[in-house]
Amino acid sequence: MSSNDTLLALVVVTALGFDFTNGFHDTGNAMATSIATGALPPRIAVALSGVLNLVGAFLSFSVAATIAGGLVQTHLVTPTVVFAGLVGGILWNLATWYLGIPSSSSHALIGGVIGSTLAAAGGHAVQWHGVVSKVVLPAVLSPVIAGGVAALGTYLVYRISRSVPEGTRARGFRIGQIGSASMVSLAHGTNDAQKTMGVITLALIANGSLQAGTKAPTWVIVSCALAISLGTYLGGWRVIRALGKGLVEIEAPQGMAAESASAATILLSSSFGYSLSTTHVATGSILGSGVGKQGAEVRWNVAGRMATAWLLTLPSAGVVGALAYKAADGIGGQSGVSVIFVVLAAASAGFYLRSRRTAVHAGNVNAEWTGSVAPAPVPAAA
Amino acid sequence: MNTWINLGALWRIVVVGILLGAGLPALFAIGLRALTVGGGAGGSTGAGAGTTATAEGAQAYDAGGSLSGRVIAVVCFALVLAAIGWGIYSIVNQS
Repeated sequence: MSSNDTLLALVVVTALGFDFTNGFHDTGNAMATSIATGALPPRIAVALSGVLNLVGAFLSFSVAATIAGGLVQTHLVTPTVVFAGLVGGILWNLATWYLGIPSSSSHALIGGVIGSTLAAAGGHAVQWHGVVSKVVLPAVLSPVIAGGVAALGTYLVYRISRSVPEGTRARGFRIGQIGSASMVSLAHGTNDAQKTMGVITLALIANGSLQAGTKAPTWVIVSCALAISLGTYLGGWRVIRALGKGLVEIEAPQGMAAESASAATILLSSSFGYSLSTTHVATGSILGSGVGKQGAEVRWNVAGRMATAWLLTLPSAGVVGALAYKAADGIGGQSGVSVIFVVLAAASAGFYLRSRRTAVHAGNVNAEWTGSVAPAPVPAAA
Repeated sequence: MNTWINLGALWRIVVVGILLGAGLPALFAIGLRALTVGGGAGGSTGAGAGTTATAEGAQAYDAGGSLSGRVIAVVCFALVLAAIGWGIYSIVNQS
């Protein structure tokens, strides 16, 4: 019994770790454009986003059920399967963060869990129809829809405000941008914190601590909300930079149009029970805001790199999840999970240390885009 | 309608998404313009506040600094805020 409890505790800690990476990986979705246009100072932006993620996590609980139900046969899932899936999700999140690619944390998690389920129980344990209709198709459609809405909004906004003096327009839209970015943060909290709540609940059910079909207990909700908002507050500056500076040189009116499109798409979709990737939507919107503005430079090569990473997210996280399961299962039981946990912690520390060499932080996040996430080293004099 | 895509949900998301996602920023822009642009039809470089409104009713909001301009701006911003409030309300009520 106590060995079961240790196993469960490791799963919960790993899940909260995933939630944390989810937070800092996705800060940019809401705040990249506000930081890029100077609507908010970088530190204030991530703090605001963190608080709103916390609030958002407590607002709604409709998506939590979706994450596992309908994707895998939940009765075949064990705590070790959940653990291995989380390992896949975390490692993919860290790798893409290191490269400054805004890939979907939701896909990383789903891919990891599907991979570990496949390794544990075989193909029949995965509900492929659910995977395609609930995950793959929405992932393909949502950035296109959000991008179209953002392009139209950007076009209208510039057309309507073209006679407004430049300075007034920038100031006015910065205010609007803060409002729309706040909505995206709130939406992110309601959507993404719930995914981890769903995973922990799944592990509790798998362990027999909870009845199937139970809602997430309060301590799960509170700890997930705290983990995601803390992650958001730390800020994934590498991803923020790639989204705010790399994709499109963005102005305040574009930023407001992009964030409004993101907020509308995410909130509408979640009201229909689709748990979209906030990342895909936000990236699509920012691209759209570049398309909708005449003469704006859109770096399609950067967009292409991101889209490639999106295609790889599900399978890569799945492979890592499957390997993690095989390794943990091969060693066996609690010690297997413990060993993988140590490996995961070491790998995370490795990514962190490695990232210090080309650190992106609040001070240089808006530096001129020179073709890579790592800003050009600033001469000592400057 | 098929089992892969809920087309009913899809078109609602697209239509309402355009109305809210593109419409609200446009409304915000109208408000900003009503507040700041002086006289003349859209596209003219508004010189300053206080000029008289053009005769065309549709362009009356170009009368920046005028009472009507400010009223239109307030209405636009109020609508945007109301839509945001409704959005938050609908999130809370989903659970």
